[in-house]
Amino acid sequence: MSHLALRRFGSARVLPGFGLSMGISVLFISLVLLLPITGLFGQLAGLSFAEYWSIITEGRVVASYMVTIGAAAVAALINAAFGLLLAWVLVRYTFPGKRLLDALMDLPFALPTAVAGITLATLYSSNGWMGSWLEALGLPVAQTWVGIALAMAFTSIPFVVRTVQPVLEDMPVEVDEAAMSLGATDGVAFRRVIMPHLWPALVTGTGLAFVRSLGEFGAIIFIAGNMPYETEITALMIFIKLQEYDYVGASAIASVVLFVSLALLLAINVWQGRFVRRLHGGKA
Amino acid sequence: MSIRLHNIAKHFGATQALEPIDLDIQEGELVGLLGPSGSGKTTLLRIIAGLENADHTPTPGKILFGERDVTHVHVRDRRIGFVFQHYALFRHMSVYDNVAFGLTVMPRAQRPSAQDIRARVYRLLEMVKLEGFANRYPAQLSGGQQQRVSLARALAVEPDVLLLDEPFGALDAKVRQELRRWLRHLHEEFNFTSVFVTHDQEEALELSDRVVVMSNGRIEQIDTPETLYRSPKNRFVFEFLGDVNYLEGNVHNGTLTCGDAHLTVDLPDGDEELLLRPHEIRLAEQPTPESHLPVTITAISPVGAEVRVELEADWLAKPWLATVRHADFNRLALRRGQRLYAHPRHWRQFSEATENTIAGTHVA
Repeated sequence: MSHLALRRFGSARVLPGFGLSMGISVLFISLVLLLPITGLFGQLAGLSFAEYWSIITEGRVVASYMVTIGAAAVAALINAAFGLLLAWVLVRYTFPGKRLLDALMDLPFALPTAVAGITLATLYSSNGWMGSWLEALGLPVAQTWVGIALAMAFTSIPFVVRTVQPVLEDMPVEVDEAAMSLGATDGVAFRRVIMPHLWPALVTGTGLAFVRSLGEFGAIIFIAGNMPYETEITALMIFIKLQEYDYVGASAIASVVLFVSLALLLAINVWQGRFVRRLHGGKA
Repeated sequence: MSIRLHNIAKHFGATQALEPIDLDIQEGELVGLLGPSGSGKTTLLRIIAGLENADHTPTPGKILFGERDVTHVHVRDRRIGFVFQHYALFRHMSVYDNVAFGLTVMPRAQRPSAQDIRARVYRLLEMVKLEGFANRYPAQLSGGQQQRVSLARALAVEPDVLLLDEPFGALDAKVRQELRRWLRHLHEEFNFTSVFVTHDQEEALELSDRVVVMSNGRIEQIDTPETLYRSPKNRFVFEFLGDVNYLEGNVHNGTLTCGDAHLTVDLPDGDEELLLRPHEIRLAEQPTPESHLPVTITAISPVGAEVRVELEADWLAKPWLATVRHADFNRLALRRGQRLYAHPRHWRQFSEATENTIAGTHVA
């Protein structure tokens, strides 16, 4: 029976190399992704549910969720707007320095986040270059959630730009021209013709930026000020637990971050799949 | 609505895409812009549409639709319908929404009521024979169907002129033929002024009332298909409109000689080149005193109304192509490797300097 199923399985594929490539992929995923996650859950095995619940709902930790999620949401929204604009500029126009700007987009990926954090902290501290200026206007950035959101926006902007850019490149200019020739104003053409194409990529990019911000640590802690209940992020709570050798507590909080991220990524994937199916006329 | 272009030119950077052009298109005319790629035909069409701006310097050109000066009118206000080679349909909208788009984006004051829009969209879908496809998405349609949707979408706003950029270029031969005939019918029925771009001479000659032949940003000739084919103004037009055979040789005392071939011609002494269409060559077993052109058959293709025969000879730089009626083909019992004599019924000679055409006819 299994032998028969296997044969059918094998003969259905014309492309070679499925067994080997799939095997290596699974091995790699297991070693690099699943093993550490299993380790994390192993840590949790000693906890009862009540203990687990009390760790992850402790007042200071819950406050950190609020700060993290709130700042990440603001950062993601800012990135959605500016990321879209940047992608638009990079695709639709030619100008001197376009290549440079394009390369610059990846800088937040390449830069160690701690370097970014220190730079931002220096720049926006109350006696820093920008900070002194903003503080005079009554807009303190360092040691507030604004600073956290700023650091998050910095590290996650490439996600939006790099997901929207290829979709925009793929969209022929003629579609735009067709809308105009039919009498559509620029605003209407953008809203009814261009945006519907970009939506899935924009939502995916924004979602990825959001999830990335939830886990960001290095760039934030230098600018955040880290005041309990005020500007402590969840990643910092994990770090504090680790410093106190409370590995189990750290794992418990980490598992919350993991679940939220995973659920979000899955939701984005499912939603995007549905949208793409519609573009292809109901077929997958 | 008539279209009048006056002194329209276009540069892209340092290259001149269009030399200053004047063109008058009558109301209700179907005009084809024909030329090889890079001849400026698409640029000209896009300038008429307003998708491209003509040069302002040294002297500004003028575009008139009827009496309306549209030179500086934005594409969205020009009241044109534009059909793109690759359809440019809105992929995320149903066929219905695509066709209705131009009506739904009108300013509220001019916008027809929802029922009127519905009625008009269904009338258009009926016209393009896609009534049953209103709820489909473009990806579910064939290329020919998509192009019909795109045509219905362009016609929905009742444009003054309809402009089509290689409308059938991306379709396969059979669908192209069908759509061509169908567009011709539609044009006769609704009588809109339309301009289309094509690089396919057959398409241009079959579809157009008049053809504008272009090359290198210049208009070479504007004429009806018959005139164009019968009396091309210059060598480029003649060569572009069909297959051409060349006969190069030296004329002395009214005889053109080329290797062991010779032909009596009415031309002054000197080096000459004659151009012949494939159907202007007759094949026979014997030479005549006026024409001695020995050839060998190298390929035969008996598909279609006529048999296409490829001819080679030492005195020919490039093989000739001749078309023979099936009756003659059978009578002469043509086969590959056979040696025969070619007799030109008719030939042309274009002199570069004067742009004069000399045509000769042999009673053969």
